[in-house]
Amino acid sequence: MSAPNTTPTREYLKPPVTEVGVLGWLHGNLFNTWYNSVLTILFAVVLWQVVPPFISWAFIDSVWNTPSEACRDIEGACWSIIPQNISFIIFGFFPDGEQWRPGSAMLILLGLVFFSKNSNHWKKSLGVYWLIGLIVMGTLMYGGVFGMQVVETAQWSGLPLTFMLSFFGMVAAYPLGVLLALGRQSKMPAIKTLCVVYIEMIRGVPLISLLFMSSIMFPLFLPEGITIDKVLRAQVAIILFTAAYIAEVVRGGLQAMSRGQFEAADSLGLNYNQTMRLIILPQALKIVIPPSLGILLSAFKDTSLVVIIALYDVLKTTKVTLSNPKWTGYSTEAYIFLAILYFICCYAMSSYSRKLEKSLHTGR
Amino acid sequence: MNETEKQTAAKPDTAPIIEVNSMHKWYGDFHVLSDINLKVALGERIVICGPSGSGKSTLIRCINRLEEHQRGQIIVNGTELTNDIKNIEKVRAEVGMVFQHFNLFPHLTILENLTLGPIWVRKTPKKDADEMAMMYLEKVHIAEQALKFPGQLSGGQQQRVAIARSLCMKPEVMLFDEPTSALDPEMIKEVLDVMIDLAEEGMTMLVVTHEMGFAKSVADRVMFMDEGQVVEENNPHDFFDNPQNERTKLFLSQIL
Repeated sequence: MSAPNTTPTREYLKPPVTEVGVLGWLHGNLFNTWYNSVLTILFAVVLWQVVPPFISWAFIDSVWNTPSEACRDIEGACWSIIPQNISFIIFGFFPDGEQWRPGSAMLILLGLVFFSKNSNHWKKSLGVYWLIGLIVMGTLMYGGVFGMQVVETAQWSGLPLTFMLSFFGMVAAYPLGVLLALGRQSKMPAIKTLCVVYIEMIRGVPLISLLFMSSIMFPLFLPEGITIDKVLRAQVAIILFTAAYIAEVVRGGLQAMSRGQFEAADSLGLNYNQTMRLIILPQALKIVIPPSLGILLSAFKDTSLVVIIALYDVLKTTKVTLSNPKWTGYSTEAYIFLAILYFICCYAMSSYSRKLEKSLHTGR
Repeated sequence: MNETEKQTAAKPDTAPIIEVNSMHKWYGDFHVLSDINLKVALGERIVICGPSGSGKSTLIRCINRLEEHQRGQIIVNGTELTNDIKNIEKVRAEVGMVFQHFNLFPHLTILENLTLGPIWVRKTPKKDADEMAMMYLEKVHIAEQALKFPGQLSGGQQQRVAIARSLCMKPEVMLFDEPTSALDPEMIKEVLDVMIDLAEEGMTMLVVTHEMGFAKSVADRVMFMDEGQVVEENNPHDFFDNPQNERTKLFLSQIL
């Protein structure tokens, strides 16, 4: 029973080095066919030409916070343009000693926005906080009380202006867009026509022309002596513009709703308002979160167009910095900084939207 | 339930809960329902059968105004269905409907699906609505799923939830539009059992279905519709064993 022959000991070999680990991944993905290998080599050459020079320009040979004269002699990036001019880039024409005011106003706005993200906070008290916050922000920006110097709205500039125009633009445009979309679906011909005409006309013109009209043409129609604040006009133009695009996206979401949902709501005896508010809109708006976010991101970046009506948002203040003879020629550094700034804001909005979608997912 | 045990809860001498008089309906030029006359007494169970396209679903959808009729009268519990939206909403709150494809609200939990109607239409306080909803969920044997979402339930479970949702509105009449046609055979039984329980408790029911076993055991009347008309109408025993009309005989031969 016990055999004198032992079973041969098994040899545990190592796998071939080119099939596993890093080399294995390279072999399987980058060099698996001849054309992939050629592409890999081409990309490697391109990266070799581009990346080391960029790194030495941006990080190795660069200066970070020196007076403008020091920048003339170096080969690398002159990042000093940013720290040296930061208060003008961010706050624009706000008087020097008063810059804590727009700074605090922005912090209050960001604080309220972050606080509102948490759905546990969505109670009546949230509305009260926002109301108080808005009043405080308005007072800080305009001044006139508690010994704060008055700063006219035309002087509001830089990042506070960008945030304000885009935030209030998005918040007002969204409900308006939803109403327009519902109106366009209406069976009443007057309402439907009104909504269609509005949407198609607004979508047919660029935002620049709307800003132009609001700033130049609109005052011509006003009676003598009555002026409407320029920032308010720009704000209204942005709201009206964004609302038209939101309306079409929401209409797409409404069309995606199955008739059965309407019929189930009807058969329970819900009226139109209840059906829309409780059943249809929660589902339709959830479906169109991705394209809605796209429109809101565009609205945020389109605030840079207010330069056309002589309002100084953060893009324009950066350009003004560059027109200073001391700092001309360092536009690359300035625009890279601006791009990073916009990117941080847009990425924050985008990642919030992804989290929102995930939290609303109810396991279909 | 055999013939002797089946309670005929119908009281023919009281006013009918649903009255359809000479009703016609057109889709554009197409005459989909022709001269429909129907009286449903409180507590009656009626099964409507027929080939597809015969207008049976359209008929019951006219009763809760999901479809409009162009000629004739439909009177539900004393209220006539016209273009007056107040009448329509009044009727809809008293008539429950169960759909072929369930039509639950996917963004709400099962419990919220049930309490939505009572809270917003009948203005029931939330606590009372929750209690009532749990009671009906127990009744359809699905109480443990109360906090799940419809997408997490099987078809048979969803349909039972849909029945419970309609019951929460305490309707006078329940309409069923092919409630088991979208279900697997195993799930059909669990839904039919719930419907049989409902029938035994005296609920007035109009059921469009192909489940002839259900018709035989539960129905007070079976109506056969073809091409927009009521071709034959009889009690189940006579309907299945002794069909009068040629078209009825043809239909029965195809499905039995």
